[in-house]
Amino acid sequence: MTGIANVRELLTRNMRTSGIYIAFVAIIALFAILTDGTLLSPTNLTNVILQYSYILVLATGMVIVIIGGHIDLSVGSVVAFSGAVAAVLMIKQGQPWWVGVLAALLVGLVAGAWQGFWVAFVGIPAFITTLAGMLLFRGLTYEVLDNISLSPVPQSYAKIATGFQNGLFGGNGYDVFTLVIFGIAVAGYVVQEIRKRRAAIAYKQTVGATPLFITKLVVVGAVVMWFAWQLANYRGLPNVLIILAVLVIVYTLVTTRTVFGRHVYAIGGNLTAATLSGVKVKWVNFGIMLNMGLLAGVAGVLYSARSNGAQPGAGNMFELDAIAASFIGGAAVTGGVGRVTGAIVGGLIMAVMSNGMQLMGVDQSIQQVVKGLVLLLAVAFDVWNKRRAGAR
Amino acid sequence: MAGNILEMRSISKEFPGVKALSDVELHVREGEIHAICGENGAGKSTLMKVLSGVYPHGTYTGDIIYDGEEARFGSINDSEDAGIVIIHQELALVPHLTVAENIFLGNETKGRLGLIDWNAANHRAADLMAQVGLHENPVTPVGQLGVGKQQLIEIAKALSKDVRLLILDEPTAALNDSDSEHLLQLLRDLKERGITSIMISHKLGEIEDIADTTTIIRDGQTIETIDMSEPESTQDRIIRGMVGRDLEHRYPARIDHSIGEELFRVENWTVHHPTQPDRVVVDGASFNVRAGEVVGIAGLMGAGRTELAMSIFGGTYGRDISGEVYKNGERIRTKTVSEAISHGIAYATEDRKKYGLNLIEDIRRNISAAALGKLTKAGFVNGNEELAVAEEYRASMNIKTPSVLQLAGNLSGGNQQKVVLSKWMYTDADVLILDEPTRGIDVGAKYEIYTIINKLAAQGKAVVIISSELPELLGTCDRIYTLAFGRMTGCLDVADATPESLMTLMTQERNAPATAGSDAEETHS
Repeated sequence: MTGIANVRELLTRNMRTSGIYIAFVAIIALFAILTDGTLLSPTNLTNVILQYSYILVLATGMVIVIIGGHIDLSVGSVVAFSGAVAAVLMIKQGQPWWVGVLAALLVGLVAGAWQGFWVAFVGIPAFITTLAGMLLFRGLTYEVLDNISLSPVPQSYAKIATGFQNGLFGGNGYDVFTLVIFGIAVAGYVVQEIRKRRAAIAYKQTVGATPLFITKLVVVGAVVMWFAWQLANYRGLPNVLIILAVLVIVYTLVTTRTVFGRHVYAIGGNLTAATLSGVKVKWVNFGIMLNMGLLAGVAGVLYSARSNGAQPGAGNMFELDAIAASFIGGAAVTGGVGRVTGAIVGGLIMAVMSNGMQLMGVDQSIQQVVKGLVLLLAVAFDVWNKRRAGAR
Repeated sequence: MAGNILEMRSISKEFPGVKALSDVELHVREGEIHAICGENGAGKSTLMKVLSGVYPHGTYTGDIIYDGEEARFGSINDSEDAGIVIIHQELALVPHLTVAENIFLGNETKGRLGLIDWNAANHRAADLMAQVGLHENPVTPVGQLGVGKQQLIEIAKALSKDVRLLILDEPTAALNDSDSEHLLQLLRDLKERGITSIMISHKLGEIEDIADTTTIIRDGQTIETIDMSEPESTQDRIIRGMVGRDLEHRYPARIDHSIGEELFRVENWTVHHPTQPDRVVVDGASFNVRAGEVVGIAGLMGAGRTELAMSIFGGTYGRDISGEVYKNGERIRTKTVSEAISHGIAYATEDRKKYGLNLIEDIRRNISAAALGKLTKAGFVNGNEELAVAEEYRASMNIKTPSVLQLAGNLSGGNQQKVVLSKWMYTDADVLILDEPTRGIDVGAKYEIYTIINKLAAQGKAVVIISSELPELLGTCDRIYTLAFGRMTGCLDVADATPESLMTLMTQERNAPATAGSDAEETHS
């Protein structure tokens, strides 16, 4: 039966997913007003992305861990350790930048495999395994760095996190290349959405009304192009944004379209049912932890590149930011529910709040209090939402 | 003759969509042992929950007269204060706490300063244990004792609460013969002391042995109350009461079907309990199914039905599993679930919500969950195809839902079962083991499920139905195996089977001589 859903239906049908976008817009609006528009200035927007990129990368992996019904407390330490190994190789041993990158990713993978082994095959709860990993990898970081910071990293390495793609097509005070790339992205998005809608209609599913659909495309397109315009007016397209975009697309596909992704949801939703449906639970759990390790390695590269070196205390508390981003983004505490895009938006909410409060000169201590309250309210909303659904 | 300590008068209890009890009468004389018999799902446990206050006053209709006064229990605490203690089948002891700590759990006697005097408590625990014939150190952790002794500790715990009416739900189900005998003797001793007992049991020999009165419950109604001292109060009479009901129009007629060659065979299947390795749960069971045949496995609670099925299906239950599985005459390995699925075996679990479905996922993805490989190309799941498959099953299985994107948790029991069956049909299984396929489903939906089962058989698939509802098996199967206390006790052609003959085999205890099971070999061919 083909049906047309109205706005109200679309919004309330899945409060869990739509609520987060509404909250995001509200928070941006709030801080834009409170900072007299500084929040949305070209320089600041670029900064927010550069500054919080590694949290977003970690949140992408963390939400998968959480959907699977686990938790990973070790990512901050793995970020530090992978960055440290890369820095030692490049600075002390004089290796080129790409060796540093590969080494950091490899360290992440090994750390992930190590934790995956204990979680999946020995059956130690991830909470304990990664709590141990948090200490273990932090200790190893101190060990390889001999307790001191290392800097600077090679220019090409630092460029990964601080560089921009621009100037290819010139432009008068703004970067045309950035606008072109974003233009292509928006076009791709529109095509994809139309194809999806056609398929949904072909398969007789309920879709939103046509004017509503067009409005949505126009609004999204306009917001994205405005964002591109702001970037183009500063220094162009940050490398980090390209990496982030690729990761978001890849992991959205992984979670929604691959067998592995489906099995993660199945395990988190009902472990026994998944086992009895032939899901190889151990290997899926191993894959979840391995992947988290890899992404922690990516975040390690970004962080060490941005900070131009490795510090023993790097990445401290990153795990908590990533976990908070996942939960704010609608992941369920009990597993089985969550989305990569949700976690990214959750991470951005945290980023905008921190950045906004910094611009306003709010005390560091108060910032922590606000962040804590937001996390608590987000999960309370989730619990309330579930109870409401259960009472139906 | 003593008066009645308990009168439950026209008790009715409804759950959404199901009438669990309707006008049940239960009259228990003071100082007697009163047995309650009935099939699984007849309403015995619900009745006991009403009595003990698990379902508080106001959630049921009817009156409970206890000790001459109307009782309105709001919780378990209320009924315990009145001296009614229920001992559940699944023991409610904390394994890491000591015997004494368990006995006084929730009922701790505090000394001065509100602290517990453990010396006094241990002393009292030893005294209570002596009363139930148990001689253990009161500081031993309960987990170190066997099930039989744990059962006695439960009774000691009841005694510590000054029990007047003791309710035991299948107290001997998990016990071996000598432990059972000890427990029954203890019940007799308690009777001497004036403690009234209500015992729910499937072991008819036991009931004949110990009960003064037996009440039979069927389909949520009291069928009769029998005085066991009368000579005609035999096991046969109890069985007749438990099963007698008409079978008309509840089961769709079997479409003309032909039974082919043997498709699936299990031989000498033995399974041990996962945490108590010396306990044999399934003992040398053998059975076979032919193409186009529906075979039933009848067994009461605790007979090892689910354990048999799950251990075959990828070893998902038990340990030290031994035996052979054959498909089309060839021996196959079913050590993991994926191996079992790849050999075309499907198992639909007894408890759909807990083990069968991902309730927070939509219908579409529940249907595809066991056969995602069929939808996958180059590593990607074809979402459109998946949707088409789900729509196909929604139509063919008549799943009543506005959309296949609905969460499985929002469906009724009957529709959830259809989703589970769809999931397994989509794996192209040709051996389907259905564990209690109609539990918790209303009558109309049951009929639909039976129709689906008939259709599967007509397609030449081999179907195994595990059920404790005998009419269901008699109405749907070609052949019925009986399982009792872990052993196959017989195999009857449906034409030769009666509820009575099946119930006799299902309650046949170890060491008892085989009776109707002797023709099992002939039907194996």
